[in-house]
Amino acid sequence: MITLGHYLIVSGILFSIGFAGVMLRRNLIIILMSLELMLNAANLSLVAFSRFRVGPSGLPNYNAQVFVFFVITVAAAEVAVGLAILVALFRARQTTDVKDISTLKF
Amino acid sequence: MSPFLFWIFALLTVIFGAAVVVNRNPVASALSLVVSFLGLSALFMSLDAFFVGIIQVLVYAGAVMVLFLFIIMLLNLRAEEERRINWLALAGGVAVALALLIQIFLVISRFDPARKTFPPLPGSTIDDVRNIGALLFSNYNLPFQIVGVLVLVATIGVVLLSKRELR
Repeated sequence: MITLGHYLIVSGILFSIGFAGVMLRRNLIIILMSLELMLNAANLSLVAFSRFRVGPSGLPNYNAQVFVFFVITVAAAEVAVGLAILVALFRARQTTDVKDISTLKF
Repeated sequence: MSPFLFWIFALLTVIFGAAVVVNRNPVASALSLVVSFLGLSALFMSLDAFFVGIIQVLVYAGAVMVLFLFIIMLLNLRAEEERRINWLALAGGVAVALALLIQIFLVISRFDPARKTFPPLPGSTIDDVRNIGALLFSNYNLPFQIVGVLVLVATIGVVLLSKRELR
């Protein structure tokens, strides 16, 4: 049988993949995609817990799904701003490699 | 949901999620991310969250991924040329990610409810759009409006960032 733990573990693996992507890749676009993976992993656990807590009305706990809605909205706004920064950066430097963008590095 | 379908979609999500990180070509990464999100949306639907599954497809697999692909094509990014791989940095990054994964496994293995199956659902979730909407406009009215302001600020910020000359 599929338990709550199965979904949580899939979510954990997905989060670790996204984290590894942020740590390992140097292409800014791939880093943004890995951020999306991490946000979606969090969404998966939220929805799993929502289904796990069936309320007295016999429906899942919708508070978690409202939260997922907010997370998706914020993630979409974040992607738009992130990609705009990327385009501005590419115009100034002709690169998307984080190794070449080190002016602020101490 | 049948365990068979769960394993198919979980494997699809995880394998294509890994492909996003491993691929050298940004277009291939973006397309892998689409497949990963579609698998994730199927997992949401398996949890009786139809509304979330559908906005996952509409917002992520639709809008966000088109934006990513558009930017990749616009900037004319190619696959990264083979740089010399810094093996020490690679091993360090993988080790930190693995440590995180092991911690998550440990936490879940000590978490008692994680071993329980999902309780049966007496009510129908066919109309969960209505239920979520009612909650959004009653209990979560203020956060909802704040999110609206956030989206407005993001829009203005993107327009400002895309201008050639800031003055």
